[in-house]
Amino acid sequence: MGEVLEINGPIVSIRLPSVLNGEQVRLGRLSLIGEVIAREGDQALVQVYESTEGMAPGERVEALGHPLSVELGPGLLGQIVDGVQRPLHALQAESGDYMARGIQVPALDRDTLWPFLPSETLAPGDTLTGGQILGTVQETPSILHRILVPPGFEGELLELAPPGNYRLEQAVGRARTRDGNTVKLYLYQRWPVRVPRPYGKRNDAARPLMTGQRILDTFFPLLKGGKGSVPGPFGAGKTILQHQIARWSNADIVIYVGCGERGNELVDILDSFPRLTDPYSKRPLMERTLLVANTSNMPVVAREASIYVGVTIAEYYRDQGYDVVMVADSTSRWAEALREVSGRLGQMPVEEGYPAYLASRIAAFYERAGRVETLAGNTGSVTLIGAVSPPGGDFSEPVTSHTKENVQVFWALSKELADARHYPAVDWNESFSGYVTEAARWWAQEVDADWEAARSKAMALLAEDRELSRIVNLVGPEALSSAQRWTLQAATLIREGLLQQNALDPVDSFCSPQKQYALLALMLEIHREGTRLLARGVPVQRLLAMPLLAQALRLKHTYSSDQLAELLEFGNEIRGALAPLHSEYGHSAEDPP
Amino acid sequence: MSIAEFRTASVARGGLLYMRAVPDVGLGERVLVRDHANRTRNGQVIRTGPDVVLIQVFEGTDDLDLERTWVRFLDTPFQMPLAPTVLGRVFNGVGAPADQRPPLVSALKRDVNGAPVNPAARAYPKEFIQTGLSAIDGLNSLVRGQKLPVFSSSGLPHNRLVAQLVRQARLPGDDSGFAVVFAAMGISHSDARFFRESFDDSGVLRNLVMFVNLADDPPIERLILPRTALTVAEYLAFDLDLHVLVVMTDMTNYAEALREVATAKGDVPSRKGYPGYLYSDLAEIYERAGRIRDRHGSITMVPVLSMPSDDITHPIPDLTGYITEGQIVLGRELHHKGIYPPINVPPSLSRLMKDGIGADFTREDHAQVATQLYASYARALDIRNLASIIGAEELSQIDRQYLAFAEAFEQRFVGQGEDEDRSIVETLTLGWDTLSMLPKSELTRISEKDLARYHNGHEQDSAA
Repeated sequence: MGEVLEINGPIVSIRLPSVLNGEQVRLGRLSLIGEVIAREGDQALVQVYESTEGMAPGERVEALGHPLSVELGPGLLGQIVDGVQRPLHALQAESGDYMARGIQVPALDRDTLWPFLPSETLAPGDTLTGGQILGTVQETPSILHRILVPPGFEGELLELAPPGNYRLEQAVGRARTRDGNTVKLYLYQRWPVRVPRPYGKRNDAARPLMTGQRILDTFFPLLKGGKGSVPGPFGAGKTILQHQIARWSNADIVIYVGCGERGNELVDILDSFPRLTDPYSKRPLMERTLLVANTSNMPVVAREASIYVGVTIAEYYRDQGYDVVMVADSTSRWAEALREVSGRLGQMPVEEGYPAYLASRIAAFYERAGRVETLAGNTGSVTLIGAVSPPGGDFSEPVTSHTKENVQVFWALSKELADARHYPAVDWNESFSGYVTEAARWWAQEVDADWEAARSKAMALLAEDRELSRIVNLVGPEALSSAQRWTLQAATLIREGLLQQNALDPVDSFCSPQKQYALLALMLEIHREGTRLLARGVPVQRLLAMPLLAQALRLKHTYSSDQLAELLEFGNEIRGALAPLHSEYGHSAEDPP
Repeated sequence: MSIAEFRTASVARGGLLYMRAVPDVGLGERVLVRDHANRTRNGQVIRTGPDVVLIQVFEGTDDLDLERTWVRFLDTPFQMPLAPTVLGRVFNGVGAPADQRPPLVSALKRDVNGAPVNPAARAYPKEFIQTGLSAIDGLNSLVRGQKLPVFSSSGLPHNRLVAQLVRQARLPGDDSGFAVVFAAMGISHSDARFFRESFDDSGVLRNLVMFVNLADDPPIERLILPRTALTVAEYLAFDLDLHVLVVMTDMTNYAEALREVATAKGDVPSRKGYPGYLYSDLAEIYERAGRIRDRHGSITMVPVLSMPSDDITHPIPDLTGYITEGQIVLGRELHHKGIYPPINVPPSLSRLMKDGIGADFTREDHAQVATQLYASYARALDIRNLASIIGAEELSQIDRQYLAFAEAFEQRFVGQGEDEDRSIVETLTLGWDTLSMLPKSELTRISEKDLARYHNGHEQDSAA
């Protein structure tokens, strides 16, 4: 038992001999929980997850004997928890609409009965190792929860419970460890959040994560197990884009970490996800989603923890063989929490007040992404997507620049695009994806062999558009040749008919890969056919006046992903609209190019 | 404890008072500081340990004589008494009366720091508030429970805009009780008088609570003022079921007071000398807006801040924009053109608009009209730039139509009278009038159905 010495905001110095670095402690009359971050002699510094208001020197401190850990087991999905995994609905039942301090509620409900089915291949006497599958629990109608032997365990199975309903605290098995102790196995386990969970081996990411967003999937693809980042100034649409990814991506599990952001945004997810349907499994989205919420007015230390709580839960589902996406909005707030704590510790700041270890923390966090062979021999993945909120929209600031070094996909949001209500405001000049080659293999197999060529053509048109727009801004459009003006028009088709996507439009919000490619191919076809006509002497004004162009811009919200055949019909309309021009200028539309 | 006075002050500097050897003082505890002239100042413990207790003194530490300074620790946090009679009153930052009336007495007192709302207890704000201002209602709609700041600059008419907003804001077809909480931080005497008169004219005085710290009042008091004001707002909204509009002006003065104290404490600065915790600190204030499930009232917040040197990337507007649900940005260029309110449309945004408009609240075409106006105006501004280089006569016919559209949009849609209260249908009609200056083929953000219905004034009257 020790005592509080000094209180400086969320940092409390205590006297407590033999407490370990990283260990959790309980402080004071209010029983606030904190974590030891430094030791010096018999004194230690503690960062406290809740407000320390009212705490006075001399109050008691007690070591809890374990580091910050999460509970992993059935009952995680569909929940909203705070930055240290306290379930917010249960807290509300306990303490009302405002967050009371010092309340401890177990993360997983202890009263729920879960239908456990033991693994058919296991029998008493079998050798057990960490990560092996003991049995399954149908956690939600769409997710089968695989109960895992805790990592690190090695021994012999003595007894496995028969099929039936069990509470978390009821053992479903007994085993003997190597050194002869008998231990009980439960439906849940604990894991320290700052330690990555072990796996068999790392595999290369190979399959694209489909988000249903055209500019992401078609132009800057991310892979399952990859690392991506969404930097952008305020108002550029980071949150909407992250919500869209959480909604429509073809992952099995989505972990959404609201880290130091607005409370109402999480309420938006809580309200809308149960009513929205996953386009792949046709089940309510909330069944595969977990929210970790530390809003901007909640304690700053728990904000730092929330990212690790989220990624540890993501790894746990990965270990069951699932593809998990974790979206963190925003990693800048996490970095600022690091800065605040380091500032109060009096550590020497390097860039913009951030501590010197910022870069290594960011790198280590993103390394927890990956596609792995699990200890049980399955394949699972964690995809990490972190939003970054650069002050003043300046991408050269420390958090953005260190993040950029560590991710393979960079979806840069632009204020200019957002101001013109071009959403998603992903800037095609600033963004990059290091996964295009891998993604191309998938697209060629699953959608169309020409995907990579079509994508490159569209990117080339956009690049040309940028150059030409500069000239137009200096001397006006009349200075351009007919072919160049037609290129500008084609780039408009791609920008407005393809890249721009309305998250609020029920038809346009989600776009299947097939529809994405069909739209891309149609826009390119208009450009190609127009170019042929120009070569035959058709004046560009005739082409620019075609009502076809405005129709093409409306295709994306006219035909849903289920109406692919109708969408492809538009190809005939293009040919039909151009046929008179072809015949007028002496050729038939059926001519080979 | 509350009777004993300590005379162990060791340092007084920049609003901070360091005390030696005071046992068992709690963080955040309220203190009374009595100086040599027997005047009492208010303070709060911001760091505590066995050797040193650090106190932030709201009235400042000027001319404190350390030998003759007595400090009483009250063993309670800073609290605000709450009763229905709070309506119609004027207070200073620490909740003491500033209207020559007796202090508010009540058994109900609450810690001014409040507690964070459990995110799971929040209700999503979605009821459209009609402000009568087209640039807000039409393009950046405000909803009940939203926090929507006004980003202004020196010399721009943000006070007139906010006063008009307080006068006109209402929910169409709803007459439930409302209240206005006005928190003034470091504003001038003349601005304070302007607001008083305007509230008087609009007859809201009986439903108004004012917290006033003027430009020549102690700056450190600005740190607690918004917290005291919001404690009253929470009481009015969630205990008395009122719909509360909180106006806070000027948040820049608040942030500067925070920087002043942070510097005196020796906190590590991040950008422009502001402490790294400016974001969290502002969030503690702004996030107190909102709605709570199963409670009738609401807190809608309109903070006003001035952007130093018109710079929207300055830490104060920047961090505010990251916390609030959008922003209304005022522009100098429009102001110079004589347009009131000079709302600069492209950088303005309302994040909660999407769920507060449409057939259920305003009209089914609202969202498309808003997006189309934004997109067309952005295009028109590009063309205006081009015209300034190559001359307007070089422009194509369609480009000239865009220029005319931009003029009409600024003058007739954004611009309006200071006492002009437009209904949302009037605003949308104006929106269609301006859009109809462009040919249908340019309006690709709007469905063909709505185009047929509203373009060039077709059928507009039937939709009201």
